[in-house]
Amino acid sequence: MVATHRIKEGDVLLELKNIHMFFGKVCALSDINLNVRKGEIHSIIGPNGAGKTVMMNIINGLYHPQKGSIYYKGQKINKLRPYQRAKLGMARTFQKVEVFGGMTVLDNIRLGRHIHLKSGIISGSLYIGKTAREEIEHRAFIEEEIIDLLEIEHIRNKPVGMLPYGLQKRVELGRALALEPELLILDEPLAGLNLEEVEDMARFIIDINEEKNWRVTCLLVEHDMGVVMDLSDHVLAINFGNTVVDGTPEEVQNNPEVIRAYLGEEDLYATRR
Amino acid sequence: MQQEDKTGQSDSGNVVKITKTLTIPKLFIRQAEKLGKDTVAMREKEFGIWRPITWQQYLENVRQIALGLISLGLKDGDKVCMIGTNRPEGLWAEMAAMCARGIGVWLFQDCLIDEVKYIVDHSDSRFLFAESQEEVDKALSIINECPKLEKIIWDDPKGMRNYTEDCLISLKNLQALGKELDKNHPRLFEEMIHKGYGEETALLFYTSGTTALPKGALLSHYNMLTMGRNLMAVDPCFKTDDYASYLPFAWIGEQMMSISCGLQIGFTINFPESIETSQANIREIGPHVMFAPPRMYEQMTRTVQVKNLDSTWFKRICYNLAAKIGYHVADLKFKKKSVPFYWKILEFMAYAGVQKKLKDNLGLSRIRNAYTGGAAMGPDHFRFFHALGVNLKQIYGQTEVAGISVVHKTNDIKFDTVGSPIPETEVKITEDGEIITKSPSVFQGYYKNPEATKNTLVDGWLYSGDKGFIDDDGHLVVFDRSKDVMTLTDGKPFAPQYLETRLKFSPYIKDSWVIGDNLDYLTAVICIDYSVVGKWADEKKLTYTSYHELSQQMQIYDLIEKQIRHANKDLPPAAKLKKFINLYKELDADDDELTRTRKLRRAFVLTRYQQIVDALYSEADFVHIDTTISYEDGRKAHIKTDLHICKIMD
Repeated sequence: MVATHRIKEGDVLLELKNIHMFFGKVCALSDINLNVRKGEIHSIIGPNGAGKTVMMNIINGLYHPQKGSIYYKGQKINKLRPYQRAKLGMARTFQKVEVFGGMTVLDNIRLGRHIHLKSGIISGSLYIGKTAREEIEHRAFIEEEIIDLLEIEHIRNKPVGMLPYGLQKRVELGRALALEPELLILDEPLAGLNLEEVEDMARFIIDINEEKNWRVTCLLVEHDMGVVMDLSDHVLAINFGNTVVDGTPEEVQNNPEVIRAYLGEEDLYATRR
Repeated sequence: MQQEDKTGQSDSGNVVKITKTLTIPKLFIRQAEKLGKDTVAMREKEFGIWRPITWQQYLENVRQIALGLISLGLKDGDKVCMIGTNRPEGLWAEMAAMCARGIGVWLFQDCLIDEVKYIVDHSDSRFLFAESQEEVDKALSIINECPKLEKIIWDDPKGMRNYTEDCLISLKNLQALGKELDKNHPRLFEEMIHKGYGEETALLFYTSGTTALPKGALLSHYNMLTMGRNLMAVDPCFKTDDYASYLPFAWIGEQMMSISCGLQIGFTINFPESIETSQANIREIGPHVMFAPPRMYEQMTRTVQVKNLDSTWFKRICYNLAAKIGYHVADLKFKKKSVPFYWKILEFMAYAGVQKKLKDNLGLSRIRNAYTGGAAMGPDHFRFFHALGVNLKQIYGQTEVAGISVVHKTNDIKFDTVGSPIPETEVKITEDGEIITKSPSVFQGYYKNPEATKNTLVDGWLYSGDKGFIDDDGHLVVFDRSKDVMTLTDGKPFAPQYLETRLKFSPYIKDSWVIGDNLDYLTAVICIDYSVVGKWADEKKLTYTSYHELSQQMQIYDLIEKQIRHANKDLPPAAKLKKFINLYKELDADDDELTRTRKLRRAFVLTRYQQIVDALYSEADFVHIDTTISYEDGRKAHIKTDLHICKIMD
């Protein structure tokens, strides 16, 4: 793992302070504050176009906000590029899967391991001594902690492009986990899945969050309210780039503005149960 | 092969002498001490690697689990339930239960909660080995209704972190308890085993029962061991053999191979990584012996047929040519004629060009004997495997004889029979045509069911309830369950299974149900194979959203009609199908339509689908269905539809 100073369970891991984001004259986010504490599942909800994915991209480093600051473990990371943020222990999955379709499941996951590899090009191509040992250790980690957890033994050597969508999502999660992140950003992990796959995925998220080998803090963007309310410790509801409410699932569910903006609309209260 | 036989002879030369005092645990200790740390008892694929477990490790684990059970308070004759997939820990638990003088009871892994409750309660089990969270959840939901159940033991820690119930204990902790006890009483394990004798009950098996609630058959150590000996007297197994264990342990066939045969000869049992990987894992192992119900072979046939349809024209030509040669040679062998040398050359070419690869892909490259039993298998499937050069044999047996009583002998195979009795086994036909069996493996009786025992066991003869006859070559022909035999309009008896298996040879048909007892003509209810037909529909650019919608498309009806016409060919007019209907759902064991081993429960489906049956025997072209179906996750859906009835023109 990348050496950063340790923080305790319950301390703020990621902080967004007065974030403003404009695209030309369009204000995508205005004055957003967010505190994600270590060990929790923090969800972000909001109608389509509310600015959720923009927020993810800001945290991840794909976008840079015009105003406001982002702190990760107390360190300001506004200027860091995505790969530098990944080294700090941040990983993400995407709303529409972004996997390497021509590569096998195993290779996709291995790729996520890249930031942990220490061997150089020459020893890597010779594959001797320390490099071989390192490779075996990483492979063992992938097999024991990721493939077993996500139950993808049967597709290990299949090209990802040939797999059904639900499994591709799982592979993408596997690749994010290979980074051994401290903070995992999940952008709509349940979109497009059938009921059984949703149940599986929800279980994986809980496992990643609670299993003692993982204990990953999760930032979850999701439309499936049933899952969000069941899983989350905290929920932030946004609409048109503004914070509506930030609190526990009960508080958010009972907030009249949320009900009006989001939950009240029968169609959008898109829980599958 | 020659070489192998030779070494095998010497192996099977020192076969175990089975006496009335010998028990499975005694034999287990003897084998484990003899084979020790240099011989692999079992292998499990875990984290992508085949991991060996030696006999010494096997013994060590069983010892700890058995003593652990004793520390938890297991008494002589207590029942121990086991549920889960095939894995070493499952077999250890079973062996440990027997070593601790308990009685093992296996449950099918996909049993619904009600079935689990019934068996756990009826068997008076005090302990239950669950594999993972899923099984633990099932067990916890019934523990209040099964007051005799005390402890649930689990071994897969995944998802178990928040379970704090007192009745739960992990396998590791149980083994630790056992270790502790072993330290204080180092001879206890051996003493327990020494107390056993062959006539004691070893295992309690619940039969799937096509007609009523499951019945528990009590099998002794002697039953199990003589079973293995007598089967291996016909087809010897060898110490060097590999066996793949992937069918449910709750099925007697799997027990017969893993325990009865495996323990006596000491072959290696291989456990696949997961249910989804079993086919690929079997291919890696290339087992020497295999025993599976017909549906596994039907699935293989379907795979080959579908892949063949998908492949390039050149491959198709090669395959069809090889199949032609294969069928011709197989038919010659069936007729016990010698194969002329030019056919032998052709056979070799077919083998080298096609069959070798094909067999390898199916995991049959090293197979010496493949058995099928548990339900009827159609002659088409049977010929298919022989044409491939696979020595497929029918067996006939039941849980109540600890496995099988009749099997085909090599070079004496007739695909309409199930073969001749194994040693020490007598098979007779009563005056009413019922098959009865007498052998040392005939069970002790049904648990807590003297009524059924009295009807089944008469003077040491086991009354099977199956109808059949013995032909001129001494082969047994099993007709069908007595109650399932139909009478056609011309007064002849007819086994619907025969036609059903014929229909199932088509890759597009997954299940079929033939109706027509004492009726004017025969009809069938068809369940299409969703994936194969779905693929066919995709190629034809047909749109559909569900099984139900696909099954009712006219093009699909035409496709199925073609398959039925093919099956109808060569049948006497009275036995030809006249009408059929595509069912809106697949038949499912969870809906009680099939048994857990996928046998059709005719009486049940007849009442359930009475409306469809009535329509098939009226002039109607449609039958209106208004019903509720429940999905596996508990959701219910309302189905309102018209099912089309298709007449088959001559």
